[in-house]
Amino acid sequence: MFPELFDTAPLRRAIDDGLDWLIATWGEGFEAAASPLQWTLNTIEQGLLALPWWALIAILTGLALLATRKPALPLVVAAAMLFLGVLGLWEDAIKTMALMLTATLGTIVVAIPLGVAMSGSALLRRVLTPVLDLMQTMPSFVYLIPAVMVFGPGRVPAVLATMIYAAPPLMRLTDLGLRLVDPDVLEAGWSFGMTRGQRLLKIQVPLALPTIFAGINQATMMSLSMVVIASMIGAGGLGYQVLQGIGRLEVSRGLLAGLGIVALAIVFDRVTQAFGRRLQQRLGVTDFKP
Amino acid sequence: MSAVIDIREVTKIFGRSPERALALLRAGRGKQEIQAETGNVVGLDRVSLSIEAGEIYVVMGLSGSGKSTLIRHVNRLVDPTSGGIVVHGVDVMAMDAAGLRAYRRNTVSMVFQRFGLLPHRSVLDNVAFGLEVRGLGRAERETAARRWIETVGLAGYERSRPRQLSGGEQQRVGLARALAMDTPILLMDEAFSALDPLNRAQMQDELLALQRRLHKTILFITHDFDEALKLGTRIAVLRDGAVEQVGRPEEIVLRPATAHVAAFARHVGRARAVPLAAVMERGAFAPYPARLPATARCEDALALFAAHAWIGVDDADGAQVGRVGVGSVLEALAQPGSTEP
Repeated sequence: MFPELFDTAPLRRAIDDGLDWLIATWGEGFEAAASPLQWTLNTIEQGLLALPWWALIAILTGLALLATRKPALPLVVAAAMLFLGVLGLWEDAIKTMALMLTATLGTIVVAIPLGVAMSGSALLRRVLTPVLDLMQTMPSFVYLIPAVMVFGPGRVPAVLATMIYAAPPLMRLTDLGLRLVDPDVLEAGWSFGMTRGQRLLKIQVPLALPTIFAGINQATMMSLSMVVIASMIGAGGLGYQVLQGIGRLEVSRGLLAGLGIVALAIVFDRVTQAFGRRLQQRLGVTDFKP
Repeated sequence: MSAVIDIREVTKIFGRSPERALALLRAGRGKQEIQAETGNVVGLDRVSLSIEAGEIYVVMGLSGSGKSTLIRHVNRLVDPTSGGIVVHGVDVMAMDAAGLRAYRRNTVSMVFQRFGLLPHRSVLDNVAFGLEVRGLGRAERETAARRWIETVGLAGYERSRPRQLSGGEQQRVGLARALAMDTPILLMDEAFSALDPLNRAQMQDELLALQRRLHKTILFITHDFDEALKLGTRIAVLRDGAVEQVGRPEEIVLRPATAHVAAFARHVGRARAVPLAAVMERGAFAPYPARLPATARCEDALALFAAHAWIGVDDADGAQVGRVGVGSVLEALAQPGSTEP
């Protein structure tokens, strides 16, 4: 046994008291700050639920067609969505989808500007990299606890915890994409007297777009993988079905909801990947016949 | 004539402690010694050049001679360790960020060896890029871009992407992009070196034709002595970051200042370097049926000697001022050392 050097109880108590104080003092501020998230989530969920089922399938299939211009992916997307409907998982799937889309949007809004800042400052990159490592390796349950304490059980803390989990890869890929832009092209840009803003918007972002898109794809998939965990704090959706399956030892419930999550993952992974490939082709990174 | 670009004692040292290396260099230490002692590389050592309005000034040197570093000092893509650059009487080193941007937007434009085109943009948008950076509206910059695309012979390719074009075509885009800026100074960094020989010769001819019309001040970097002789009004030969010789093409060929320059000169067709002005016999003669301008090269005269014993030489106004015969041309072309086995 490792010898007990000092009693850790006061330390833990100090952390807990500190968090309590934080919530007592800033709790309302946190909630106000998160209200755009709540609003976005509600809007997306109500919007998706208001759509007739066939319209949603048509939209997703249409996106798949737009991204690939081939019949295979649209067929897969339509089949996956029909599977969700036929098995009675439609509403839960939409709740999960809304959660995932909100978390992905929130991640994009936060992570891309931070990634841009990282690419421009070596100091910031050195500071943030270990923080990102920590965010990615810390078990996600750990930041569920304070999130629930601040916001109470529900979907907003679930979205926030998901964002913390999904943001690091997008930040890293944004930073990487912007920094790996062909130096010859940048030099030509400087020679014409471009500003730093013009460098970012006219050269770096367009050329880094495929990499950034790969980051968005990652964020989407990581958000989806968080929904089961998030259901433990009241996020609802397909994850909650899985949780109930565990609680009631109902294999069928857990299995079907699990397959539903897989179906959603296939739809969003393949469609975002197809868009990413399309961007790459447009830049000539891969061969492409117009 | 006053200098448009005045490069004054420019020294560039690459590395972590350029000041220390500079002190050693000033103390007369050799480059290898400095590199061994400080880990710094001397890129340029007190290079002074004076480039005049309307000339094509060629800087010629092998790879590692510092020529690409030198040209980047003119628009400050590289800052010197010591020394100065004065363009149109203005000290480029004294410019602040905004002043430097304005200078790059309005005074100098550059063509790159590896093109530096934007792969996500069409040819039209690439050529318009510099004007876009300058802040011109879409209609205005596209009108200008279309005109230059036509000038460089790429009409019909406006909507193509750079990667759909051959190397020669891509460099035409790079040239059009620089010309569209309509700056008085054009910097060309090994602009034709990546092209195949046929394309290169064609681009050289087109550049000369354009220059007769545009009268820009062109600083042209190359490692190809033939190219230097063909294009250059004057040539500076650079070796290991120092200038070996500056002169008109025929001076470089006929009177090389160092063994290094002589080595280049030995392997080059002198017929291309020596202008008729250097070998003609001045005087009033009856007008000859075959005539060439004094700036024409001996190469041009050789073909005419098949049918004519004498060729009249005209000045810039077309008045005959002298003549050349087969003998004087052949004498000028006979290369010292060429009779050795």
